[in-house]
Amino acid sequence: MLTRSILLATGLAAAVAPVSAAQALHLEPGGKLLLTRGISNLEGAGGGALTPWALITGNETDRGIGATAHYSYVTLEDFDVTSFGAAVGFHDRFEVSYSQMIFDTRDAGAALGLGEGFEFKQDIWGAKLRVAGDAVYGQDTWLPQIAVGAEFKQSNQEALVGALGADDHEGVDVYASATKLFLAESLLANATLRYTKAHQTGLLGFGEDASLQPEFSLGYMLSRRLVVGGEYRFKPDELAFAQEDDFFDLFGAYAVNDTLTLTAGYADLGSVALFDKQRGLYLSAQIGF
Amino acid sequence: MTRFSCLLAALLLPAGLALAEPPAGELPVDPYEMSNDNAGADPYDGPALYEAFGGEAGVGRVVDAMVDRSLEDPVIGEVLVASDLVRLRRTLKEQFCYILGGGCTYTGRDMQSSHKDLGLTNRELNALVENLQIAMSAEGVPFRAQNKLLAKLAPMQKDVVTR
Repeated sequence: MLTRSILLATGLAAAVAPVSAAQALHLEPGGKLLLTRGISNLEGAGGGALTPWALITGNETDRGIGATAHYSYVTLEDFDVTSFGAAVGFHDRFEVSYSQMIFDTRDAGAALGLGEGFEFKQDIWGAKLRVAGDAVYGQDTWLPQIAVGAEFKQSNQEALVGALGADDHEGVDVYASATKLFLAESLLANATLRYTKAHQTGLLGFGEDASLQPEFSLGYMLSRRLVVGGEYRFKPDELAFAQEDDFFDLFGAYAVNDTLTLTAGYADLGSVALFDKQRGLYLSAQIGF
Repeated sequence: MTRFSCLLAALLLPAGLALAEPPAGELPVDPYEMSNDNAGADPYDGPALYEAFGGEAGVGRVVDAMVDRSLEDPVIGEVLVASDLVRLRRTLKEQFCYILGGGCTYTGRDMQSSHKDLGLTNRELNALVENLQIAMSAEGVPFRAQNKLLAKLAPMQKDVVTR
């Protein structure tokens, strides 16, 4: 009898423990409005497809912790780019992310003398801090939501990117983003300014000189679940062996529910590693809580 | 005895001003100064937006559906259940009508004092917004028109979210 009571009590304690722990920390699950966590960009930060936004990832509000995971795929004329990773949002204030980007050279790898299907990979650790404003509720002020972030990137091809002209196989991008929802117009706008030395986002290493590169996104909300838009990302062109172009995309992001957001679009990455007109289908799935 | 009478008079006298006759079905409230400024936003010009909401009948259905949904909502339900729901529905309809350019007079309290005891969080407010969006869509209010109302309501967050 006593044993049974103890077992029962222990079982009850175990059942309520996670709830109690969350309550003790004053953590509330979820609560963000649909799509306001952004999707995950190729470098793993909460934002658009190609550029980080000032929004913080995860469904949490200021009283919780949330997270997202993503898998994105761009199939270009001669290459594929894949990105997967995860990110955690703390109190709708601070975000940390990890993402791996894979640049698959497919047949072009053979033509470049690397071997068919040769892959460049980079690991990207990101952190982003929201410093001012509220993109959603700040409808009576010009002030956008503003965040500052940093991304540490490391290529897995130290010798090769060096041989291709990179100064280093790892580097840090820093950026500031301003995001604003013009709710009365159903518009979402973002501007990001990035300070970077990266060649092709870092997939081909990093140069000697850093430069400031702006990135812009504009979205139009068709429903509370669906936003369509486009992005333009200026990039440095510092690589000697090949021209590097700006990135451009058109996308539609659909929040299936609080957990799943699906995004499809068209990405134009310009000239990449001597191959011109690298454009094609962009697909991304993001889950979050 | 005298002191008690004075206290009683002091309590009843100012209260009598507003308590006179609360609208049918509503509980008495402490007196306050009525003004359209209490609605917390300037109204849109012209009746177009109000008409996009379906006028008095449409706004009425939107508010009722939002309140009904919210009462069933696991996040916001418990917050609302202690409210005078008859009064809440009436003042919300007035407020939406006023903001949408429907020409109503808002007779409710200002946003800060009407929410100060609710202890509302952003998560709860977002649940309310979501229920309003669902109610507006069910009424067939075009999404752009929905956002025009939400744009006016959004800045009230800093007055209504207190936790």
